[in-house]
Amino acid sequence: MSAAPDTPARPQAEPPYTDGITPAVVAEHGLTPDEYRTVVAILGRAPNRVELGIFSVMWSEHCSYKSSKKWLKTLPTTAPWVIQGPGENAGVIDIGQGLAAVFKMESHNHPSYIEPYQGAATGVGGILRDVFTMGARPVANLNALRFGAPEDPRTRHLVSGVVAGIGGYGNCVGVPTVGGEVNFHPGFNGNILVNAMTVGVAPADRLFYSAAAGIGNPVVYVGSRTGRDGIHGATMASAEFSADSEEKRPTVQVGDPFTEKLLIEACLELMATDAIVAIQDMGAAGLTSSSFEMASKGGLGVELDLDRVPMRETHMTPYELMLSESQERMLMVLRPGAEDLARAVFEKWELEFAVIGTLTDTGRMVLRWHGAVVGDLPIDPLAQASPEYDRPWEPTPRPAPADQSGADAVAWPDALARLIGCPDGASKRWIWEQYDHLVRGNTLQRPGGDAAVVRLEDRPTHALALTTDCTPRYVEADPVMGAAQAVAEAWRNLTAVGATPLALTDNMNFGNPEKPAIMGQFVGACQGIKDACLALDFPVVSGNVSLYNETNGQAIPPTPAIGGVGLVEIARSQSLAFKAEGDVVFLLGAPDEAEGTWLDRSLFLREILGREEGPPPPVDLVMERRVGDLVRALIAAGEVSACHDLSDGGLLVGVAEMALAGGVGCALTLGDAKAATLFGEDQNRYVVTASPAKARLVEARARAAGLPARRIGVTAGTALVVNGVEGPTLEALRAAHEGWLPGYMAG
Amino acid sequence: MHAAILLFPGTNRERDMARALEVAGAPAPVFVWHRETTLPAGLDLVILPGGFSYGDYLRSGAMAARSPILEAVRRFADQGGMVLGVCNGFQILTEAGLLPGALMRNRDLRFICRCVGLRVERTDTPFTTRYAAGAVLSVPVAHHDGNYTADDDTLARLEGEGRVAFRYCDAAGVVSDATNPNGSRGNIAGIVSENRRVLGMMPHPENLVEPALGGIDGRPLFESLLEALP
Repeated sequence: MSAAPDTPARPQAEPPYTDGITPAVVAEHGLTPDEYRTVVAILGRAPNRVELGIFSVMWSEHCSYKSSKKWLKTLPTTAPWVIQGPGENAGVIDIGQGLAAVFKMESHNHPSYIEPYQGAATGVGGILRDVFTMGARPVANLNALRFGAPEDPRTRHLVSGVVAGIGGYGNCVGVPTVGGEVNFHPGFNGNILVNAMTVGVAPADRLFYSAAAGIGNPVVYVGSRTGRDGIHGATMASAEFSADSEEKRPTVQVGDPFTEKLLIEACLELMATDAIVAIQDMGAAGLTSSSFEMASKGGLGVELDLDRVPMRETHMTPYELMLSESQERMLMVLRPGAEDLARAVFEKWELEFAVIGTLTDTGRMVLRWHGAVVGDLPIDPLAQASPEYDRPWEPTPRPAPADQSGADAVAWPDALARLIGCPDGASKRWIWEQYDHLVRGNTLQRPGGDAAVVRLEDRPTHALALTTDCTPRYVEADPVMGAAQAVAEAWRNLTAVGATPLALTDNMNFGNPEKPAIMGQFVGACQGIKDACLALDFPVVSGNVSLYNETNGQAIPPTPAIGGVGLVEIARSQSLAFKAEGDVVFLLGAPDEAEGTWLDRSLFLREILGREEGPPPPVDLVMERRVGDLVRALIAAGEVSACHDLSDGGLLVGVAEMALAGGVGCALTLGDAKAATLFGEDQNRYVVTASPAKARLVEARARAAGLPARRIGVTAGTALVVNGVEGPTLEALRAAHEGWLPGYMAG
Repeated sequence: MHAAILLFPGTNRERDMARALEVAGAPAPVFVWHRETTLPAGLDLVILPGGFSYGDYLRSGAMAARSPILEAVRRFADQGGMVLGVCNGFQILTEAGLLPGALMRNRDLRFICRCVGLRVERTDTPFTTRYAAGAVLSVPVAHHDGNYTADDDTLARLEGEGRVAFRYCDAAGVVSDATNPNGSRGNIAGIVSENRRVLGMMPHPENLVEPALGGIDGRPLFESLLEALP
């Protein structure tokens, strides 16, 4: 571990203490002795409690990214269509006609495990604020959820609470929850992952940023009052879990989606005027982090009168006000003289409005409490010169090939029924029917497809395509390849609906970075994301890192969740459902030797043979792009009638999903009916269908692209047939696919 | 047609409703804020759209039913004005006493968002003339509190007077407990007032007015309104 060069040199003598602070109090605040020495060096004296609390949250892993910064900097973040990359509240891309898409994904893992309803609900609330802070109206939510094994006694309670929390918040604020993904694995027992993504749309020339400007300008607090909830949430999110985590329940915030809805409307109404100079939501570390970030980015100082902060409880202290993570609050810098206009808007929406400070040219944050100075800190050293670590890391050893013995001893119809009804393969309808996925009336493709498709109100010929993807079992086996696969799969899912993938947000969920093996997973995943982003022209524009996802020393499977955003012309989009009988079924992007080959790390290997072994399927990023570009061209030309990418469960599961969505069966003619052919998870593959009249056009376009388009069957009947052998009927498949989750939750 | 859409704090389907009117060919509606005490002159339709007015924190629709604008809506309805309440709007109308009964938490206690079968029970209301009698629609619901209930006498009166406008059914139009998404008595999805000029319904016809959204079964309701209020 080494301090970054820009951290001030630290004195070696025992540092001074004051205000009742002891080394134990420092440790309770999550600061190391070295970090405390740096605090003293920055201040030139011992900090008081308020100041210590501020350093504590600002330098928490959650706020400072001190372990991950070095590697995040290596990710590709630019493209001609990127308006704002990482570093603001959310990423922004140009989507044409003067519009911008604003989006980000963020974790709320620890709070959701402790208090699933409120933890998940406030996760949604926080990510919504990140997006509308920038001037965008939120138009879609997604979520990527990882739960423990279904057999774990807590899993049912966690699923129930998290889903109700996401729905309870998202439904009330009137933003449709249109997609996401859900996995179950024992590796998440005791440390679930709740990653929430919001996508908003703004006029590209009316974006709002957080850099404060204008000495003397008023600093204004709006939204809910501040209570004692969530104090030290950011510090909690930066520590491992243990058996006493239940005691941390009071650090979980409580969400109020109704106030959030009012805050959205009030902020957007005020943003239509020229009153706002800068705006920042109060997220993790609340008032501390928002005020520091705004002043730091603007290179200014700030003075706050903390007694003017609207308070929910009596006898609150400056320490509590600075560290509270009460929800639904924003900090703004207004143009001088705009206070009355702004106050009228917030009063109309029945929200708190208080001028709590002013910008200064001192470069310092001065906190006052009824006139007396209770904190005085230099802003830049604290906000920008926070610790940055180059933590030791070990590359993840490449796993030995899997034992595939017995793979062909299982009859394929049985294997198919089991895969499509296993926890990861089963329909998640029970979940997404608890989310209002239709509000705002622009949801063109609902949950359950490859990507959600949401029409743009101000450009109604076009829509956003949205997806979240990660296969943790691949990343665990090979972080570089697994993370590249996550990016490729997001790109592929967007492509499968006909969209041009534009950019992504990453939510990096890992264990304790102080362990070299875990740090190695993180470094590998960054490498994989970088490789795939570069190859696919698919930059990272925002993201979030969640480390210390461990319980009793056991880390979660590494999970770099990727949220992808693309743009599609509605008239040239496609869905996965088989549309009619008699359509020709094509497999695109398959390796030359066979339809499918790769069983290592597959869902089949895990679910049917009970083995989690071997390396993940390799992703050929050059081929990925070529095949994807072909698929998009086929969809745009109107030559295909359905399209689906192949992922978990391989070819046969993919075809079954298309058949179930369309209510039409399929007869396949393949080289053989071996497990690897049917269930192998080779990458960059899609199944498309075409009417008999257009089948030749598909072949011609593929030939022109130098890619094979194999005819593998015809849509027909009400069952799946492989090489003349009749498999399960759609009715039986549907029962297996739709039955598992409701049955489990009722159990 | 001269329509107003009411806005309460927490209303969230007002744009969907405005768009449905537009798709049906109606003139653009005006939006009326909950603190107003009068409705604009010359109105012939007031719409209470879906959402979570006041967060639904007391009971769904309870606080909105006591907001200033509701007094104006009551006077408007008393004078024969037409009122459409969808989802939270239906809840508000029952809480305000403009329609009988109440909407309780769904039978399985979960929020439900999915397309349900809906049988058109009356085509002689100004909201349903463009539907065929007995027509079976597929229209989405999106609610947590859609479980319609009323006492036996009220229910008997509603049925006796033919005031049930829509019932939850299957694709063949069969009404049964299996086709009841939320536990509503009599599978009731929508009812009209005595004079048939106030309709409250839980499903969202405004979310199914364009083929791109998955269907147009909601559109005839708006076309009926346009026919009644040219």
